[in-house]
Amino acid sequence: MNSSVPISLSPPARKVEGHFLVNGEPHALFFAEHKTLLEVLREDMNLTGTKHGCELGECGTCAVLIDGEPQLSCLVLAQACQQRPIQTVEGMADGPVLHPLQEAFVEVGAAQCGYCTPGILLTAQALLAEKPDPSRQDIKDALAGNLCRCTGYIKIYEAIELAAARMRGESAEPTRESLYGY
Amino acid sequence: MATRSGAAGKRGGGEAQKLSVIGTARPKVDAHAKCTGQTLFADDLVLPRMLWAKLLRSPHPHARILRIDTAKARALPGVHAVITGKDLPITFGILPVSQDEEALCSGIVRFIGDPVAGIAAVDEDTATAAMDLIDVEYEPLRAIRSVEDAAENPEPQIHGYADSGNFHKLVHLEFGDLDAGFGKADLVREDLCFYEGNTHLPMEQHAAVAHASPDGKLTLWSSTQTPHYVHRALSKVLGMAPSRIRVIATPNGGGFGGKSDPFNHEMVVAKLSLVTGRPVKICLTREEVFYCHRGRHQALMKIRTGFTKDGAITAMDFESYLDGGAYGSYGVASTYYTGALQTVTYDVPVYRFRGARAFTNKPPCGPKRGHGTPQPRFAVEIQLDKAAEQLGIDPAEIRLRHLVQANTITANYLKIGSMGLGPCIEKVVEGSKWKDRFRKLPYGRGLGLACSSYITGAGLPIYWNDMPHSGVQLKCDRGGGVTVFCGSTDIGQGSDSVLAYIVAEVLGIEPVDIRVVTADTDLTPVDLGSYSSRVTLMTGQAAIQAAERVRGTITGPVAAKLDVPVDRIVFGAGRVFDANDPEKGMSFAEAVVTAESKVGTIGSVGSYTPPRSPGRYRGAGVGPSAAYSYSACVAEVEVDPETGIVRVPTIWIGHDIGQCINPALVMGQVEGSVYMGLGEALMEEMAYRENRNVVHKWPSLLEYKSPTTHEMCDVITYLIEEPDANGPFGGKEAGQGPLLPVMPAVANAIYDAVGVRIDEVPMSPPKVLKAMQAKAAGKEPRFGPKSVPRVPWPEVVYVPTPAEGGDGKAKAR
Repeated sequence: MNSSVPISLSPPARKVEGHFLVNGEPHALFFAEHKTLLEVLREDMNLTGTKHGCELGECGTCAVLIDGEPQLSCLVLAQACQQRPIQTVEGMADGPVLHPLQEAFVEVGAAQCGYCTPGILLTAQALLAEKPDPSRQDIKDALAGNLCRCTGYIKIYEAIELAAARMRGESAEPTRESLYGY
Repeated sequence: MATRSGAAGKRGGGEAQKLSVIGTARPKVDAHAKCTGQTLFADDLVLPRMLWAKLLRSPHPHARILRIDTAKARALPGVHAVITGKDLPITFGILPVSQDEEALCSGIVRFIGDPVAGIAAVDEDTATAAMDLIDVEYEPLRAIRSVEDAAENPEPQIHGYADSGNFHKLVHLEFGDLDAGFGKADLVREDLCFYEGNTHLPMEQHAAVAHASPDGKLTLWSSTQTPHYVHRALSKVLGMAPSRIRVIATPNGGGFGGKSDPFNHEMVVAKLSLVTGRPVKICLTREEVFYCHRGRHQALMKIRTGFTKDGAITAMDFESYLDGGAYGSYGVASTYYTGALQTVTYDVPVYRFRGARAFTNKPPCGPKRGHGTPQPRFAVEIQLDKAAEQLGIDPAEIRLRHLVQANTITANYLKIGSMGLGPCIEKVVEGSKWKDRFRKLPYGRGLGLACSSYITGAGLPIYWNDMPHSGVQLKCDRGGGVTVFCGSTDIGQGSDSVLAYIVAEVLGIEPVDIRVVTADTDLTPVDLGSYSSRVTLMTGQAAIQAAERVRGTITGPVAAKLDVPVDRIVFGAGRVFDANDPEKGMSFAEAVVTAESKVGTIGSVGSYTPPRSPGRYRGAGVGPSAAYSYSACVAEVEVDPETGIVRVPTIWIGHDIGQCINPALVMGQVEGSVYMGLGEALMEEMAYRENRNVVHKWPSLLEYKSPTTHEMCDVITYLIEEPDANGPFGGKEAGQGPLLPVMPAVANAIYDAVGVRIDEVPMSPPKVLKAMQAKAAGKEPRFGPKSVPRVPWPEVVYVPTPAEGGDGKAKAR
């Protein structure tokens, strides 16, 4: 290293103690108090499954569930999330068993680049918890704040409908038109 | 599934065989990782002792840098290095002819957002704080704000190497006797139209991590679509041997062409890592992503076309005026592309193209999905709609009558292979009930039709060389697993998966038994990159060659062991067996062991170079392709007469894919293309405040409007399979072509709905409203440009057409 580079002697940003409940697991850590939940998840807990597209609350990419509700983790201070149940994409699968939404997204090709996928999966999970049999319009309304530039949303709708049917106990398969066209 | 000849037919004894993997819908090889948050994108990488970088960017659109003082920033605790232009003096650029970018500007800044200094610090906050401590003194220069401005003001020149003043590139090509062509016309139309620039808007912000290790080597992880070109540019800019630089393209969180250039932030983190001896990461803010741009060129166009009464085109004369922004990027290619593909859908016997790309003080334009071809396609298709009405011919019929024939050469020497546009048109006409509804829907509702074509891979590499465009290496494990190594980069389109499907098909095994290693300049053979819809065709053909060679290696020892003739050995269902007696055989793993015991380690390489184009004139390098995909589209619109708001409930699209490698992925590409086309048609604009220092109007995801679930239409997709002899198993591209017909189909549908022509993209509500008001006032029912700037066109390059006996070379007239 260049010897003229000054060595940092100033105290790093003030850190505060935090207790978080993420994906059912307790996390106790010290974090810079100005950090957003997005930053603490990614940088302090190494849960990089949560992505970001703007860090300004405009794209929905960083959505996580707080108390079961989809929230933009880039707009929420981590401070405000202590002791509240937080769920990220890493918490969707039950051990090695994928959530039906994840299975359906894999099956119909609802993830292309996959960057918006975590936020959309969690938003869809919250929707299905409230409406097990959503209409196409319900799905559009729920995902209106999640931008996807790859899919045109269509495979995403189809995957959510497929997962919803299976979660209701129906046996459902992707349609031929979805995978092969008309 | 379908049985195909072509590449598949080479298998076994030369008979076409039933395909088991190709053509079937199945998950992508990386789908599970992407749906569980396990895919590591560039910004997800963290290395021990890693520093964070920020770039200080110019607040001026055009200025001379008089002084940069970094002392205060360097003194800030936690800052490890600050570098400026003098630390990285060597220029770079994607094209050899426009090496005009500096990693950090040393003398002149050319747009708001051009970087002047790079900082590495212990964390992002410290690096950000240091930005405020750098003192830069600028002397503002007059900014060039538009193509018109560039035409009127050759000075101050943004780049001294431009063809003329502030015109970066001027092109003038003529194919055949234009006057004779127009002389045969019953109707000659001249139309002007305008296509606003727009940007890729990938959800992932560009990010890169550089690690200079103590052994003198450098590794760069970056969200790039072109690791090979980044490798070359890094070596040049850093003055380091390429053998000591490793570039790894991380999975791209969306690319669409926006991550195809080598970028200044990649050079800067690499240099900062070399200077500090520590890993350095940068992740651009969303605003900075807008400044990287390289998106769709704003294009003003003039199209003059002659038609017979029957609707046949007798001649076409096309002019494009492009706003290129501040640097070359792919701009020379983009300029030629605005003139290249007009000839590949309907027969155009003689053709002239003049193209001008201006330098302006805005973020540089480059290749966005469709690269230079959506703008002219918009012009061609809306003019054809107008001509059809004047001639009293149905818009579908006028196209079907005059389709380019398969296996022909166009006036500008593009060699057409398979051509499935006819069936595409027939499918969307039938599906949309076109014949019952076109010109028959109530006021405010309408249908419009348009078609398009796109290349399946550029015929030439970015830099001139005689090496393959794609390489694939295979390694067979004794357990029956196969590893595919290839330089291709998965940007979400599924290129990793395509390699697995193709190798699985040829070796008769399952894709799950194949591991794919890609986009790593140390580990994988070169593939030129994920651009120009080249990857499936080129890596696919290289993979077929590699897999067939492995099959050849395995076949002999297995045939000997089974005591059957070599030509009876078949690979399928995870086994290698006798075609005459399928019970007689062994598992693929046993076959590998058998072969390895005889001949040693089992592996192979394959490579692919596209066929040479018949064009031999200057400019003939842009447009040729191994195969052309075709698309036809019908859009239905609802226009609100009160507000001018256009809603699109449904789009029907037919796409000639040649042969689906995986139809589910093709569907995804087609739907995604329609989505992106719809965004361009209705709302997307890379716009600047020209009277306010050329500042970007809306560098944010909220203000730059893109379709949400509420604007996205239903898409009814028809996949047409006209196998192409040059495609892997007959396959052609799907990632870009289906975007192209959407914008003109929407424009034509608006005319059907409310009787006004919107000759501009995007067709935003104010434009529609103004056109409707003009119509109500008895004026021309149109919104669009009215004039073109004056351009010093260069001497014509005149090329007789094939029909005139031309040989592809330019001639004195």
